[in-house]
Amino acid sequence: MTAAPRTLFDKLWDAHRVPIETAGRSDLLWVDRHFVHEGSHHAFAKLAERGLGVAEPDLTFGVADHYVPTRDRDAPIADPDIARMVETLEQNAATHGFQLFGLHDRRQGIVHVVGPEEGLTLPGLVVVCGDSHTSTHGAFGSLGFGIGATEVAHVLATQTVWQSRPATMRIRVEGRLGPGVGAKDVALAWIARLGADGARGHAVEYAGAAVRGLSMEGRMTLCNLSIEGGARMGLVAPDAVTLDYLKGRPFAPAGADWDRACAYWTGLAGDAAAEPDREVVLDGSEVAPIVTWGTSPEDALPITGTVPDPARAPDPTRARKIAAALDYMGLAPGRPLDGIPVDRIFIGSCTNARIEDLRRAAAVLEGRRAKVPGLVSAGSSLVKAQAEEEGLDAIFRAAGLEWVDSGCSMCVGMNGDRVAPGERCASTTNRNFRGRQGPGARTHLMSPVMAAAAAVTGTLTDARPLLAGREVA
Amino acid sequence: MTGWTHHRGKAVALPVEGIDTDQLIPARFMSRPRAAGYGDFLLHDLRFDADGTPDPDFPLNRPEAAGASILVTRRNFGGGSSREAAVYALADFGFRAVIAPSFGDIFAANAVNNGLLPARVTPAAAETLLEILERAPARMEIDLEACSVAVAGGGEEHAFTLDDAMREKLVNGWDDIDLTRRHAPALDAWRRGLKTDRAWLWPGGGTG
Ligand code: SF4
Repeated sequence: MTAAPRTLFDKLWDAHRVPIETAGRSDLLWVDRHFVHEGSHHAFAKLAERGLGVAEPDLTFGVADHYVPTRDRDAPIADPDIARMVETLEQNAATHGFQLFGLHDRRQGIVHVVGPEEGLTLPGLVVVCGDSHTSTHGAFGSLGFGIGATEVAHVLATQTVWQSRPATMRIRVEGRLGPGVGAKDVALAWIARLGADGARGHAVEYAGAAVRGLSMEGRMTLCNLSIEGGARMGLVAPDAVTLDYLKGRPFAPAGADWDRACAYWTGLAGDAAAEPDREVVLDGSEVAPIVTWGTSPEDALPITGTVPDPARAPDPTRARKIAAALDYMGLAPGRPLDGIPVDRIFIGSCTNARIEDLRRAAAVLEGRRAKVPGLVSAGSSLVKAQAEEEGLDAIFRAAGLEWVDSGCSMCVGMNGDRVAPGERCASTTNRNFRGRQGPGARTHLMSPVMAAAAAVTGTLTDARPLLAGREVA
Repeated sequence: MTGWTHHRGKAVALPVEGIDTDQLIPARFMSRPRAAGYGDFLLHDLRFDADGTPDPDFPLNRPEAAGASILVTRRNFGGGSSREAAVYALADFGFRAVIAPSFGDIFAANAVNNGLLPARVTPAAAETLLEILERAPARMEIDLEACSVAVAGGGEEHAFTLDDAMREKLVNGWDDIDLTRRHAPALDAWRRGLKTDRAWLWPGGGTG
């Protein structure tokens, strides 16, 4: 008897489905890693209301990231609401006995950077967090997805989550990415093609030579942005790159456990004959550095393009949407994207603030001055320390940029790091939604090299000429 | 949470694509406890200008929209952040259902967990309803058993799609934690199996 061929996704799903009678319901999945942050206070309040405890404190990990200050960490937190949230997280960690990477922990950082960095994120897991960019963890060949507060409370209480099985989609990126082009550009390219809801209801598996050629940092960027194309999650099959990254990390299995784990992970590869429900193919060599021009990640074009004209939109609804976006962004149709002046830049977030991202941005900035102000916030405190060891902080500072502590910072502005109303920001983050970086803020999403190039010229610009002759990690 | 099968209420049009959860509730309001009520924060930066003055032309601010419980809008509603506060804002404002051609997956799950129906209709049906409602808010009927919506008083019926599991949950008002806890013996057995076969899944060697 031969079983039906299964994809990596199928194997992961089946391995986590608790075998119970679920008439009329979705599947009940076991959760291997549950990350919580100071914004999870609603969920802990729900748990307390019912007088319940945390079912698996050893599989629960807390990180302070969304609201934390990025300056003067030794001073008390000025905003009382934020101080209360960070304190509540500390209290919950103490009460329920789970590991916390708190504000003053040297391993503190953005949850989706800390999990992988500590070796908590591994292949073959279900990883959840009350944050949509939990899709990042799929880069290791795990099912990583974001959940809401009611579901967070449910995971805390039961270590399981109800989920309907998504359809599967493969995004195959063949060929080689050109110089100065990276995972961010690949992600924005497919989202521009399929739309911000193009992968709705799907788990996306990334495959193809260009994906295999990405480092773990690049794969995390790619999976991170899956949610911006509407996907429930993104994943990359684990390989030697994955194992090299993980071996010896603090929380990764060690010794005989490492061997056992590797044997298990090897069995997870998708069967050759297994086909996803949908497939999309991209030619990696054709992907150019991309920037967004509007208020959705689908509003993305190569830097060599021009601001779209609503008059040329395929239908009236689309035309209205483009016109509204341009009005908010303060842009005129037909203007070349290259050369649009920016007011500031931000290099940070769970999308693009890992060590490789900082090295790439520094490669553009070395020996140059930024024409506009900007903030660089490393993805974690350990990334920050490593960057300082490598002298990257000195490059950023010498360029005139501000080098601050790690947190979500200007990605979402909750800690007060905001873009002023009407200001235009070249940003390595993941959302150019209206008001995302502050009320009235105008966000252009792009890769770290492109944000660095924008700093140097004070405009949206093609980073490639600025990278000529320079070593890029 | 109480279940429901039929709802009749005032429907209002929000003819905009891609209302993400950052717009539904800007991040700066989410530090408040739920008991504080989230209705005032709904679509805050679209409803109010920088000094807090309501925009009189915004659909939800018009006097004839008062008391609306059904929102009809365009594609990709509730994409983006997983913040359940987006649903709290809609629910606390008085909404019981949102009708749109597509929803963010996490938003839809959060909605159902709070008794709010995310009803997915065809783009054509959404446009038909928007055209009627843009002239003036009207009463609509929702039938969760038949999965259909219609303008009250004999309007054309439009089918909507909803995951079966989500529909069951809305109809029965199920609470997931209670349901799952009924499966405690199966979960214990599952956990024991993992501890035996893959103890390395617990960081620290599975001694917990
Ligand atoms: S960096 Fe931005 S996208 Fe990432 S977890 Fe923080 S707020 Fe969310």
